Amino acid sequence: MVAEISPAVAGVARERRRPRDLSRLPAYALLCAGAAMYLLPFLWMVTTALKTADEVLAFPPDFLPSSFAWHNFPEAWTQLPFTRFLLNTVLVTVLAVAGTLVSSIVPAYAFARLPARGRPVLFAAMIGTMMIPAEITLVPQFLLFKELGMVNTYWPLILPAWFGYAYYIFLFRQFFRTIPQELVDAARIDGASHARILWSVMLPLAKPAIAAVTVFSVIGNWNNLLGPLIYLRDQDAYTLALGLSLFQGEHATAYHHMMAVSTLTVMPIVVLFFLAQKAFVRGITLTGLGGR
Amino acid sequence: MSALAGAARRRRPGPLARREARSFYLFVSPWVVGFVLFGGGPIAASAVISLTDWSLLSSPSFVGLDNYVKLVEDPVFYTALGNTLYFAAASVGLGVVSTLALALLLNLPLRGIAVFRTIFYLPSVVSGIATALLWVNILHPDFGMINYLLGLAGVQGPGWLTSEEWAIPALVLMSVWGAGNTIVIYLAGLQGIPRSLYEAAMIDGAGWWRRLWHITVPMLSPVVFFNVVTGFIASLQAYVLVLVMTEGGPANATLLLGLYVYRQAFEYFDMGYAAALSWALFAIIIAVTLVQFRLARRWVHYEVA
Repeated sequence: MVAEISPAVAGVARERRRPRDLSRLPAYALLCAGAAMYLLPFLWMVTTALKTADEVLAFPPDFLPSSFAWHNFPEAWTQLPFTRFLLNTVLVTVLAVAGTLVSSIVPAYAFARLPARGRPVLFAAMIGTMMIPAEITLVPQFLLFKELGMVNTYWPLILPAWFGYAYYIFLFRQFFRTIPQELVDAARIDGASHARILWSVMLPLAKPAIAAVTVFSVIGNWNNLLGPLIYLRDQDAYTLALGLSLFQGEHATAYHHMMAVSTLTVMPIVVLFFLAQKAFVRGITLTGLGGR
Repeated sequence: MSALAGAARRRRPGPLARREARSFYLFVSPWVVGFVLFGGGPIAASAVISLTDWSLLSSPSFVGLDNYVKLVEDPVFYTALGNTLYFAAASVGLGVVSTLALALLLNLPLRGIAVFRTIFYLPSVVSGIATALLWVNILHPDFGMINYLLGLAGVQGPGWLTSEEWAIPALVLMSVWGAGNTIVIYLAGLQGIPRSLYEAAMIDGAGWWRRLWHITVPMLSPVVFFNVVTGFIASLQAYVLVLVMTEGGPANATLLLGLYVYRQAFEYFDMGYAAALSWALFAIIIAVTLVQFRLARRWVHYEVA
């Protein structure tokens, strides 16, 4: 299945322009209708963020605010220490993403290029772990971190990232296997170590995969709610995701403020997505698996 | 370290092969340690915990299969199971069909198609707690966007997340909105169908509908199958956003199995029962996946046997 999808990536760019014909009109109409359905929620998010407290509770509601209440953004942001939450989120995300990259790239190189008798068994075990529901490891992992005295610290959110994720190892392995063996052999003949080959030969060629995993991983950590929910206790240590859920619990009907904070939380991810769009799609089609 | 040594490697394990093997184990060690600490270890521990009575306050006591017996007799488990299967079947069913239709449109050689692709993919990128709260707002019976739009069309919208009947359909809507990944995978599959098949069919005078039904659908069926299987596996496990949106309510109408595991573990601190429930969930995922593979023989078409 994976192999059937991967070669098609190149085809995404290949588009033929057909001469004008009216049969394209229904297609455009359907696409625009679909796009409207996908975009309306975002539009609602922004317009709600700009409404007054009265307007969000008006019945029937209006799509647009009577005037743009920009002050909602600073107001909402300061109701909880969101700046603190933002810095916490950045800290956790940076450390977890750095760990994910290092600890996924190195084993992936081994799985792709270093023959050993135990390799097929370990590889099968790795793929197998991808199918186990996270619910199963939820309780024992919590007990492990509790035993280690790491509850109410960032360690449970960062430490696992430094020991490789099967999904990303698989993605990098697929990518490393597309790099010609001759390049590796030539470096070997020149006396390069495997660490050297990985650093100087593989990584420069694997930039699209690195970009894809970085984006996936940033998004995964940025949006991670379950980890902070289980492990973080002090409000000062909260991440944005957990802060948002706290905010919802405390100000359930302050929709304008809730949407203002939501908009600000989502913004960095939207920007990142537009910056790394190509790498993103490539990363997905590479493994044939969706992002997590 | 010459080319000669490289050639010898294929015949018998020489010093180079042994060195490569040593490098392999060294390089792979971070994952092996991680597997023991965060993968295999916890899985084994979970199996053991499921055989105990453990509230975290006292030390665990071995109770054999009691937790599994309790599970079989627990009416809430069956409620959660029903909700989970309903949610998974509806979101995968609706998601697979609607995203396939979108992918067919997005595969057309139209000007500006890249912009449309980005739009349909965007929700899946940002989906998380922020968009979950957005949907709580959108689905509000009185102040929400959906009932506002339905009102414009003269339809009185339901209570969505506040209604036992409509809460799961509401979650399904949100999940389909965020299913952009499947669109990308469909697109890749569509691009892989040889053009010659369509050209031959057009020469034979086959119209758009016949080409869709006799070429696109069978040729794409392995990709559809992939999306169905991975979609079920993912949606059977889903619960984190539901936890924030409804906490399983109203009246357990959105209590999904994953949420029930979480509730038992972190609200009732019944670690043994939570572990047993998580194994039941795993068994259900495996069973559903096996059924999918069995059914696939009837409808999935492979070019290469």
